Amino acid sequence: MTNLEITVNGKTYAVDVPESRTLAQFLRIDLGLTGTKIGCEEAECGICTVLVDGTPVDSCIYPAFKAQGSQITTVEGLANGEALHPIQHNFVEHGAVQCGFCTPGLMMTSAALLDENPDPSEADIKIALKDTYCRCTGYTSVIRAIQSAAREKRGESPLPVNDPKVDEPMNVISRSVPPIDVIDKVTGRAKFTDDFVFADMLFARTLRSPHPHARILSINTEKAKALPGVHAVLTHKDVPGENLHGLVYRDWPVLCHDVVRYVGDAVAIVAADTEDIAADSLKLIEVEYELLPVVADPEYAHKADAPVLHPNHPTGNLLKHIKVRHGDIEQGFAEADVIVEREYRTPTTEHAFLEPECAIGVPNGYPGHEKLTVYVGSQIPYQDRDQICLAMNLTEKQVRVIGTLIGGGFGGKEDIAGQIHVAMLATVTRKPVKMLYSRQESLIFHPKRHATIIRIKTGAKQDGKLTAVQAELYGDGGAYASLSDKVMTRATTHATGPYEVPHAKIDCYAMYTNNVPSGAFRGFGVTQSAFAVEQNMDLLAEALDIDPLDFRLMNAQKVGVTTATGQLLRESVGLIETIDGVREDMQAHHNGSGFKWTWRDGHKAYAWGIACAYKNTGLGGGAPDKSEAEVEAFEDGTIEVRTAAADMGQGIAHVVAQCAAEEMHLAYERVKVLLCDTDLTPNGGPTTASRQTFMTGNAARLAASTLREAITRSAAEMMDVPPEKIYYEEGLLRSNGHSVEMGKVVGWMKSNGLSARVKHIYHAPPTQPLGTGGDMHFAFSYATQAALIEIDMETGEIHVLKVLSSTDIGRAINPLMLQGQIEGGIVMAMGNCLTEAFIIEDGVPWSQLLARYKMPSIKHTPEIISRLVEHRSSEGPYGAKGVGEIPSINTTPAICNAIYNATGVRIYSLPVDQDALVRALRSGQTEVHTAWQDVR
Amino acid sequence: MKLWNHYHTPQSVDEAVRLLMQYDGAARIVAGGTDLLVDMRAEGQDPHEALIDITLIPELRNIEAENGTIVIGAGVTHTAIVKSLQISNGATCLVESCGVVGGPQVRNVATLGGNVAHALPAGDGTTSLVALDAEAEIIHQSKRRWLPIRDLFLGPGQSLLDSSRDLLLRFRFKACADGEASAFKRIMRPQGVALPVLGCAVWVRLDNTRSFYESARICIAPVGPTPQRVFEVETAIQGKPVDENTVTEMVKIAHDSLRPRTSKYRATAEYRYEMIDVLLRRTLPLAAKRAQTGVSVPEGVGV
Repeated sequence: MTNLEITVNGKTYAVDVPESRTLAQFLRIDLGLTGTKIGCEEAECGICTVLVDGTPVDSCIYPAFKAQGSQITTVEGLANGEALHPIQHNFVEHGAVQCGFCTPGLMMTSAALLDENPDPSEADIKIALKDTYCRCTGYTSVIRAIQSAAREKRGESPLPVNDPKVDEPMNVISRSVPPIDVIDKVTGRAKFTDDFVFADMLFARTLRSPHPHARILSINTEKAKALPGVHAVLTHKDVPGENLHGLVYRDWPVLCHDVVRYVGDAVAIVAADTEDIAADSLKLIEVEYELLPVVADPEYAHKADAPVLHPNHPTGNLLKHIKVRHGDIEQGFAEADVIVEREYRTPTTEHAFLEPECAIGVPNGYPGHEKLTVYVGSQIPYQDRDQICLAMNLTEKQVRVIGTLIGGGFGGKEDIAGQIHVAMLATVTRKPVKMLYSRQESLIFHPKRHATIIRIKTGAKQDGKLTAVQAELYGDGGAYASLSDKVMTRATTHATGPYEVPHAKIDCYAMYTNNVPSGAFRGFGVTQSAFAVEQNMDLLAEALDIDPLDFRLMNAQKVGVTTATGQLLRESVGLIETIDGVREDMQAHHNGSGFKWTWRDGHKAYAWGIACAYKNTGLGGGAPDKSEAEVEAFEDGTIEVRTAAADMGQGIAHVVAQCAAEEMHLAYERVKVLLCDTDLTPNGGPTTASRQTFMTGNAARLAASTLREAITRSAAEMMDVPPEKIYYEEGLLRSNGHSVEMGKVVGWMKSNGLSARVKHIYHAPPTQPLGTGGDMHFAFSYATQAALIEIDMETGEIHVLKVLSSTDIGRAINPLMLQGQIEGGIVMAMGNCLTEAFIIEDGVPWSQLLARYKMPSIKHTPEIISRLVEHRSSEGPYGAKGVGEIPSINTTPAICNAIYNATGVRIYSLPVDQDALVRALRSGQTEVHTAWQDVR
Repeated sequence: MKLWNHYHTPQSVDEAVRLLMQYDGAARIVAGGTDLLVDMRAEGQDPHEALIDITLIPELRNIEAENGTIVIGAGVTHTAIVKSLQISNGATCLVESCGVVGGPQVRNVATLGGNVAHALPAGDGTTSLVALDAEAEIIHQSKRRWLPIRDLFLGPGQSLLDSSRDLLLRFRFKACADGEASAFKRIMRPQGVALPVLGCAVWVRLDNTRSFYESARICIAPVGPTPQRVFEVETAIQGKPVDENTVTEMVKIAHDSLRPRTSKYRATAEYRYEMIDVLLRRTLPLAAKRAQTGVSVPEGVGV
């Protein structure tokens, strides 16, 4: 311990701290200033940025003692008392805050920029924020917020909010109200799991397999247990209940006992007084392994001689064979005048949510905790609880899961991470135990987007009508099932694209391998199939000499069409309007020079490319889909909506609040929201499949409307008028010139023994399993996007200049925040197309560092013009359907189609490799079948 | 994960030397730490007993320009170099290369000294220092001396300097005079590690008519285990007119004399071979134009 004298946010400290502290650790641990977040500890993501004497630095690698005597500014020091800094309130107003985890870093970097440059151009902003990442917003709103803040700092009027145009706004619905918790997120008060501290808390770490496939011969924990400061070292022998978890198939050991199946498989867990002791103790655990042959790719996994990874699975390494059969495929190709058949490959990709996984277990009997409690930022709190119960051999009444804020999820926080482990360690040690994954651990551990191989054959007649699609897909499911079954089903059922295809035969093989498990990732399989489908569409359009937009229009799904799974589309199919909208915007964005698909300027080639997409809302496929929400009214005139529906930044909190406010005729500000506490909030179901707005939005809407009716009835009794004579106005109930405050009615209800609390269980319209025909899904969202790209023909470097997007989402509950979903989805998809691959070499991940996994930074952000199409869904809340995934599906093929239009070279493997592109251009080839990961 | 046990911030070179001796090989010199600490974390290394941070030593934080020579302390950050007008005018390539290292937060702490000490075959700052024919002042085996920058590099990631015993103090090189100028450009890919596919720094001196190359120094990297000059081109360009034909000729010579290799997940040899052409065509005329006009505005900083 050495004395550190330092001034933080104007306050001077002299504190004895270990010399090994980084500045971020000092701020968070020693000063309790948890507004500064740690994302990677590699100086890569920039979200830990603080100012040292006014200069932005990555505090995660900045030694605390290097800052001896310095002035530090953190997010907590931005505001002047209660008055927000212009950066803070412009981030709020322009919708630049979603999950909020990167927000402190973005704001600190921006604040420093404005101190140095009062009038930054967009280029200046992109330079300053180049290494400060955000995975949610796509940066468009961030750029606008900074420019607006700059104007305000200069004494000029702030920029108007870029609020999208919507149909028929209501009182609260279709209004861009600020998200719940947004002020906490811009001031650093927002608490994510790692920000919670409990007295006597221990720190946990996981010993993970270094081998992709090996038999465990022995595990010796004695030396680790003997290390001073270690409180528990647990292995498979210590799992009290069933040593398995899994959302669809229970095949994933809590702690491996006989075999490890991927690099990262958990073998032992420890809890110790400090993180350092916990880390040291891992090195003392002795595990003897016998190496087994590695199944490194899904096609090999399907071969007869491949080792079987899960002997109990009835179909061996074939996790599932998924089939779509529609019409007569032979007839379909017999009718075709043109047929294209191609093979496409997509790599494993990583969510790179900026908050690594963290869970805290608190034992029953610890102050304030009657039962075993797990704090976690999870997408599925109730299923977490159920899975903890099974592994812990406890009943659901004995376990409570409290959802904290979530620093991004995108599908990557659905499976169990440390939840069961901290429950075990807390139970054994009788102390709170925190398990925070390092970024590097997060990278190797959690399920990813499936690498896929897609062979697809598409036929069309001379008149442009599609006749048939035949496809074979191989999905790399990795070591455990996770959500592979469902994800690859979606890849299969969406493999016709959003078109009318009379004949289809699609087979998908989801395979077990020794790679990192694959599971849910925004787009849920459809991202992969769209890459293939939409390029085949352009190939056909070219062969038929039909404009790509016209070709899609000729085949577009519309009301009355039956999909390849046998679903008759009866409503809310806005695809044609999205195509028309994008065509109009493409003309308008051509700078008045007349539309051209492609042109050259020196060594730069420019081109547009387009692609369409559709994506189901909700679980579908016959799975019972329901969501519960509860609304309670209080005497102070406020209401609270409670539901265990996870908000990972996408905004279900404000969606349910808006639905409740609309129904209750209340101002949005009067609605509080409590999410994700299995003891206090009813089950909103998983945050997956773009389902929460539709499902929990409906549950909140219907609970609120029932509550309103109850309040109306009571008011009628109070005022002695018939209920139908009562109307609502700004929190008042009026009738015949009389009025009563809603809170007063609630008081009256309570004193008369009536409840002012309603729970609604919303059941989605029933769906049918694949293969049985009928409605496989209750709603689909549609989108068309056009990408304008610039390619340096000498270097192969690709820049996406513009993305024009039109998305049919039924209704925009919150237009600005919904636009943020679209912008964020597009930029995330640009990563899928241009920068991202999680590389695994014979089962061993090469991408073990964030420095080896580049996601789009602000410099990649194109100009994004998004328009909304609102073809109401009759069952959706106010007509809404899902938006979470649809924007991230068609950007990749739109860019690849543009690359072809610019260069004549078509990309069959992702991410696009400029190296291979240049080699193809030099050698006159027209196809690139290799990607970045093939450069070796 | 703890990366060090003790952290020292000596205020003088003597104090740093004393600390190194005191720890007798158990301490390690650190500057910005953006390579060292990240590499340590990546490799899961045990913590260093002590880190000795040289960036608070006043004499290593200075940029000086006297009598046509620029001296840069080993503790000077990339940001300070980018912002220096003297370097911008007198060694434009160095600003262009330091300006593309990492992002702003990294450039605010990472030093040119750290970049050189890391001994990467294609460190951006290093590539320009080689083209500027810089010298480094070091304390090696307890002797303080100046030596040519290229002598510091023994192999990929291998420096002459033992970071637990030696010190890198400062760099010096001649600022560009009338008729002289420099330029740096590099090719990156958007995936994977932030190391250049290929970087190229050129320094040129034109004759009095400003129409002919009098001499040039060129560093293209990585084309070998350590940063190298392209002497074949440097020799051939002397006396050649400043025009496109000369560039084409030089590209041919560079192609004949350089054998870039394929590096995993960075570039194929074939692509790098193509990029030699692109980079020379973009840097040579740029440097020549700067030498002709006497105006050097750094390009691409921060992009």
